[in-house]
Amino acid sequence: MKNKANVLPDFPMGGIHPTERKELTEHLPIETMTDPSKVALFLKQHVGYPSEVMFNLISQLHSPEYYLEDNICKDGACGLDASEKKQVNEGELIGSTKNKIGASLHAGINGTVDGVFDTIHPVLGKAPAIIVSKSGAQKKPSYTRKDWTKYSKEELLSKINDAGIVGLGGAGFPADIKLNIKPGVFLDTLILNGSECEPYLTCDHRVMAEYPQDVIEGAKIILKILGINRCVIGIENNKPDAIAALEKAVADDPNPMGCDIFIQPLTVKYPHGSADQIMQSITDRVRPSGKRSSSIGIIVQNVYTTKTIYDAVALDKPFYERVVTISGRGISRQANLLVKIGTPLADIVEYLGGTTPDLAKIVIGGPMMGVAVSSLNVPITKATSGVLFLTKDEIGEDEKYGPCIRCGFCLNACPMGLEPNNIGVFVEAGKGADCEQFGFVDDCFQCGSCAYVCPAKRPLVQFIGLARIKIEEAKKKEEN
Amino acid sequence: MNSSAKDRIQTAERPYFNNLSVSFSPHFRSQVSTERIMWTVVACLMPSLILSMFVFGLQTLIITAVSVISCVMTEAISQKLLNRPIAITDGSAVITGVLLAYVIPPGVPYWMPIPGAIMAIFITKIIMGGLGFNVFNPALMGRALLMASYPVAMTAGWLTPIRDLSLDKYLNAGVDAISTATPLYVLKHYGLNGLIEKFGSLSTLYFDFFFGFSPGCIGETSACVLLVGGIVLLYKRYITWHIPVSVIASTAFFTWIFGGETYFSGNPVLAVLSGGVILGAFFMATDYVTSPNEKRGQMIFGAGIGALTVLIRLKGGYPEGVCYAILLMNPLVPALDQWFRPKRFSEGAS
Repeated sequence: MKNKANVLPDFPMGGIHPTERKELTEHLPIETMTDPSKVALFLKQHVGYPSEVMFNLISQLHSPEYYLEDNICKDGACGLDASEKKQVNEGELIGSTKNKIGASLHAGINGTVDGVFDTIHPVLGKAPAIIVSKSGAQKKPSYTRKDWTKYSKEELLSKINDAGIVGLGGAGFPADIKLNIKPGVFLDTLILNGSECEPYLTCDHRVMAEYPQDVIEGAKIILKILGINRCVIGIENNKPDAIAALEKAVADDPNPMGCDIFIQPLTVKYPHGSADQIMQSITDRVRPSGKRSSSIGIIVQNVYTTKTIYDAVALDKPFYERVVTISGRGISRQANLLVKIGTPLADIVEYLGGTTPDLAKIVIGGPMMGVAVSSLNVPITKATSGVLFLTKDEIGEDEKYGPCIRCGFCLNACPMGLEPNNIGVFVEAGKGADCEQFGFVDDCFQCGSCAYVCPAKRPLVQFIGLARIKIEEAKKKEEN
Repeated sequence: MNSSAKDRIQTAERPYFNNLSVSFSPHFRSQVSTERIMWTVVACLMPSLILSMFVFGLQTLIITAVSVISCVMTEAISQKLLNRPIAITDGSAVITGVLLAYVIPPGVPYWMPIPGAIMAIFITKIIMGGLGFNVFNPALMGRALLMASYPVAMTAGWLTPIRDLSLDKYLNAGVDAISTATPLYVLKHYGLNGLIEKFGSLSTLYFDFFFGFSPGCIGETSACVLLVGGIVLLYKRYITWHIPVSVIASTAFFTWIFGGETYFSGNPVLAVLSGGVILGAFFMATDYVTSPNEKRGQMIFGAGIGALTVLIRLKGGYPEGVCYAILLMNPLVPALDQWFRPKRFSEGAS
């Protein structure tokens, strides 16, 4: 740990200071949205295999690949007849990956399973999703707090698996797989990532400020699973209320179980929430290119994931609802909304009172790494941390990009030490395969810092993505 | 697909917005654009022009205007002829025009910048691929062409600065001005004593050189106003300190060692304040396209410019060397970029 007096930990390379605009939602308490009339749960909303629909829900059972390929879901849907429709309750398991890598799916509302339909997906265009329509008695399940300390490591992991928890920072990697470290791997630190460096987003912030005890308990659960006792919660210094709440929760913890939990304020700088950057900033350790973070003895977990892990273990509550930041000036009311996974954006917009006339862009995720969508039929997925309704003023002009003027701003902004300027010029010249000399292109995690600062407004993130594809193609060609 | 499944196909209701932008991430960007940088540089150069109008007369404005217009025209015509998008609004041709005028003596004929502008824009920039692909600094290539083609006009057009503020002199400045020699010419051929004899005591020299009351090119004489512009660019972070500081430091250092009668007796302050060192350090060597990207490369680039400047001043045929020093260092930029790469993230791993 760095011990410089009065200097907050920082990552040394690159980084930018975009306008935060968190003031829109950072003081709004978490608000529970009314249940939508239907939810659409993508079979695959995590890293790994798609979930299989539970066999008792749908009469014609196919493998998940069947739905993904050109078969039934190509243009329409695979619906169920009224007689086949099955009633499900809130929190009931409706999709599972069995023993493969993946995450289970749970119905968020009491209703009937309509079947598997092609649904608009923010990234893939279209993807199969289980549709559950609201019907029947709307009875909320109640969850009681249990003492989790008696569970063994395996029991804890299977509870996390049963709850279908994935990394909520954006990647969506199944949490139980991440925490199931092979014996013999040296670990000494758990870092809980509460930096939330993307502008606008405040859902992690609100969760930390409102559920500090849950986060601390979740940290203790993860520490028990990992068999270590040191945990650092890294939070950017622009969330003083979250830092204070967590510090109080640690100090007041009646049963610390020998865990050494430490709250570490961090410099406000984008992308501090990236795993590599937060690890380097807190521990000074650098992950070698192409290796897992466990190779340097660290596991990084998002704070909100930690809270859902606590819910799953202590309350036996599956992961079927999450806090999503709805922000931007293009919607009449901003909120930190607790929504059911699978809620279409249209219902959220309706709940919040509609969009403003100058709405120019809808972004799923943060403004730096999120995906723009054109339809309100897109459902919330497990990894959706925010939905932004941005106006023309906020996004600026959609200008045509100009030639690289070699200003070098992107070199100073890149946290991974790549040379986006040269990669862009090479890709434009059709020499994407020669870009490996400009840095480990695989290191790019698309933070968008280079494109943010580029005065010529060049799409550098996309150029780097193209270079990566070209390099892979060239390597395959060499092998053949 | 069997028929029963076909019957089940439903068309999803899709409320699309018609005018939504779905461009790629990041979805908002910094306000700094190429245009903004270029026009800020132009604005930072303007105080020098205003000062030179007072010091040398109104013809400096005419020469600068001719230079800017011919640069912009050359860019527009050549882009039109080559079927490229016309990009004169980005301000880069305007900067080239202003800088080209700034390195021309104030007493030259008014048509003089035109061949320089064609050299600078068409041959140095457009033919090489346009903005971002030129190897040499366009304005300095223009000056180099003028120096080679019209050596008499380019070395005899110096004017004595006007010190009193009588209106009469401004109106007739072009007629009345007396040709003179630049301080660097005097220093080269008559030594420091000759300089003091011609321009007054050393402290007067420092004062005049700093504020711009000395014979020289249109925009290079006043270190004071150029420094103000340079500091604005530094403050806005459009340039970093590495190139200007290394150019100035290396010029001062090498002049101190080799510039005097004996070693370590040169006058570094005079060397930095005279000629085009400040203009070159802040506005020409820092040209993004023709300077290295990496900090260490920039330092070496700047140090090289300083060393070559002193070498040309002391041993070369010309009294002033900043122009050729920058032009000689420019082709080294790709090599410097190749040698000095930014540190990769995982190279910090032990």
